[in-house]
Amino acid sequence: MAFYVVQFLTGLASAASLFLVASGLSIIFGVTRIVNFAHGAFYMLGAYIAFTLTERFSGALGFWGGIVVAALVVAIVGVLVEMVLLRRIYHSPELFQLLATFGLTLMVQDIVVLIWGPSDLVGRRAPGFKGAVDFFGQNIPSYDLFLIVLGPVVLGILWLLFQRTRWGILVRAATQDRDMVAALGVNQKWLFTSVFAVGVFLAALGGALQIPRDAVHHAMDLRIIVDVFVVVVIGGLGSIIGAFVAAVLVSELNAFGILVFPKISIILVFLVMAVVLIVRPWGLFGKPEAPARRTPGLTVNPWRPWTSNERLAALAALIVATALPLFGGNYALTVGSEIAIFVIFAVSLHFLMSVGGLASFGHAAYFGLGAYGVAFLAKLAGLPMIVCLLLGPLLGLVGAAVFGFFAVQLSGVYFAMLTLAFAQIVWSIAFQWVAVTGGDNGILGVWPEKWAASPSHFYWLSLGIAALAVIVLRIIVFSPFGFALRATRDSPLRSEAVGINGKRIQWTAFVIAGTVAGLAGALFAYLKGSVFPDNMGISLSVDALVMVLLGGVETVSGAVVGAIVYKALNIWLVSQTDWSKLVLGAFIVLIVVAFPKGIVGTLDSIISRRRKSSSSNSPLLTSRVETAE
Amino acid sequence: MSMVPTLLSVEGLTKSYGGVHAVRGVSFELRAGEILALIGPNGAGKSTCFDMLNGQNIPDSGRITILGEETVGKKPRAIWRLGVGRTFQITATFPTMTVRENVQVALVSHRHQLFNLWSSTPDFAREEAGRLLDLVGMGAYAERPCGELAYGDLKRLELAVALANHPKLLLMDEPTAGMAPRERIELMRLTATIAREQSIGVLFTEHDMDVVFEHADRILVLNRGSLIAEGSPEGVRGNAQVRAIYLGEGLVYDARHRDGAHV
Repeated sequence: MAFYVVQFLTGLASAASLFLVASGLSIIFGVTRIVNFAHGAFYMLGAYIAFTLTERFSGALGFWGGIVVAALVVAIVGVLVEMVLLRRIYHSPELFQLLATFGLTLMVQDIVVLIWGPSDLVGRRAPGFKGAVDFFGQNIPSYDLFLIVLGPVVLGILWLLFQRTRWGILVRAATQDRDMVAALGVNQKWLFTSVFAVGVFLAALGGALQIPRDAVHHAMDLRIIVDVFVVVVIGGLGSIIGAFVAAVLVSELNAFGILVFPKISIILVFLVMAVVLIVRPWGLFGKPEAPARRTPGLTVNPWRPWTSNERLAALAALIVATALPLFGGNYALTVGSEIAIFVIFAVSLHFLMSVGGLASFGHAAYFGLGAYGVAFLAKLAGLPMIVCLLLGPLLGLVGAAVFGFFAVQLSGVYFAMLTLAFAQIVWSIAFQWVAVTGGDNGILGVWPEKWAASPSHFYWLSLGIAALAVIVLRIIVFSPFGFALRATRDSPLRSEAVGINGKRIQWTAFVIAGTVAGLAGALFAYLKGSVFPDNMGISLSVDALVMVLLGGVETVSGAVVGAIVYKALNIWLVSQTDWSKLVLGAFIVLIVVAFPKGIVGTLDSIISRRRKSSSSNSPLLTSRVETAE
Repeated sequence: MSMVPTLLSVEGLTKSYGGVHAVRGVSFELRAGEILALIGPNGAGKSTCFDMLNGQNIPDSGRITILGEETVGKKPRAIWRLGVGRTFQITATFPTMTVRENVQVALVSHRHQLFNLWSSTPDFAREEAGRLLDLVGMGAYAERPCGELAYGDLKRLELAVALANHPKLLLMDEPTAGMAPRERIELMRLTATIAREQSIGVLFTEHDMDVVFEHADRILVLNRGSLIAEGSPEGVRGNAQVRAIYLGEGLVYDARHRDGAHV
């Protein structure tokens, strides 16, 4: 019995940090409507800076002062980020806001390693809380008891802040209607900045307070952000009390999940989240939001199928690509195969994002599932390669069918958070369930059969499948299904009113995208001869997002160009620098701020502007009227 | 008159939010080919009533029967499949598609081709989409991006989309809101012509009394959630209670009609 009580208290102690970070995320979202993906990065920075300060300054004052100063320093960094970056993108589509803050996360990961080095750092114990309390023969660290008390105290302080101060009233007003608050003469800029500072302060404080419990390392940002997303999805984004209750719930589920399913403890949290999503999609303490105001995008140029000239040009490009083995060496062919595989992966995500308006931040899950599907079939069942390539992606299909069912219940930022959380869950299963997946060691020796083994043959195979995938997805884009999917994206209200079951359409699209991604993963397994948990990692999901963005979200097949350019750049970059994440993160931020249409989108708009200016005396060209949404 | 089938029958419709009775015991019927206006001051419960009819809101009690089917609890898309077309107070269209494609999507859905992954939508039911656009006078705009249309044209496009499933009943929530006065009259004249030709029943809410008195066959007056008057335009206009409400609201329609425009 005492054991369970101790387990319960450990869970409560973990909830404190989680609550601090999640409430910060919620507060920022409430006012700015930005889901700050960089929140985990601020948490990690808080921990690192607190580590340095507490090592430097001794004594109780040094320790506690160090923790508070660290959180303040990070809050100042947050203010700079808000002023320099976020102010430029408050009016951008959600996707760009998510990507920009994600780019920041990547940059911080490398910056942290640059400053503090790659190894784990073990911080000092908290003065006054070094010992443990005996509880019927079980030890409870006294620092845990401190954290258990701290959580409700912070909740109380936040409550007072929002109910009793002028600033808090303005923040609550802005959460309900920020335009109205601005109309009343409140300086929005500084309100946003101060809210962001408070949110970042809470995140950094959460990180700093972790140092006596856990080692400080450069992957803690992604670990916490996934937990935080699960917390805000369960508790309801924007609700502080929801963040508190859900943080306790998730921490307890983790604490007891380890006892029930020692290998895959994360399953329990997933099940609870699934139930909450079905019963209350807006979270336990959240409010159902009116359907978000849809920005139709940056352009309103309707899509056209290819003209016969464009078809010929695409065919010519394909023929040139087919000729690569005539003049390229083995290395070039391997790179070529990898690019072709990533073209498949990118177009599958592009289909979901551009046509469906569903920005998945965890698309690598289905890529990885396809890869593992092949590995299981080839290594465990010993099936021939053709059969593996056909059946392996079905694991991606099954994964997409299960997760997609829940994900399409939500939209916008919730969809992004949920897909990311699902991908992390799949990754953890691959990582933790060593008996089946080999864990970190992966599954080795998945080699192609003789007919496909030579680099040129494998290249042609990949290229052929990539061409097929692009063509099939284009056909689907212009099919009745593709139009129904776009209709659901453009106006959920109107599509429902013409008999379209939007959720089922989106679910089908999710399954199609997941299956095609699985196909890419299946080829990737044969290309590398092995599969690892990283085949479904977050960085791979982000790669796909950047490819789509680089090619142009508003285009039909921009992802093809995006994938080729990005993958080639990436392979080159990794060979040139150790700080590829820093460069990549900065690159993402730059695209979002300066180049949001991507390569193909920019070309498209130049061409259509020329066409328009050559036929500008058309009498139909009335001034554009914004629909009053 | 008894030969004309009842399209819509509403009995004892009631909805309250907290302690506020938004709609109380509203009952009425609508027959084929009839144009019925639902009017009332702001906050009278018109929108709540409308949302319950089209499936976006569930009543606390009462029955709604559309074309012989009980529809309480049905989703908007299921009600559409019964043969009900809708237009919105604030237009809802697909801004990234062309005008024709907007209609084609509705036709795809009407013909149960939503999960067709293969055909080409730009060629799908092209002629029928064109006919519908001609009907509402938008034929010349078929290839224009919908996002570039002026507001009045969007309203006409919505009407074409609403007609795509050969509806027996049209539900139009403030069809002329946000339009210029001349456009209002034209749109309602067009709607009335189509409704009479195809014997479609039309239920619409409206603030513009010129539009209401010119086109409605019958008028329902809602105030504080209850029906206070029902009848022909002449009868309703002469109703003392209705006059009192509108005068009390400061909307003096009587003064505007004193010049004899509708006498």
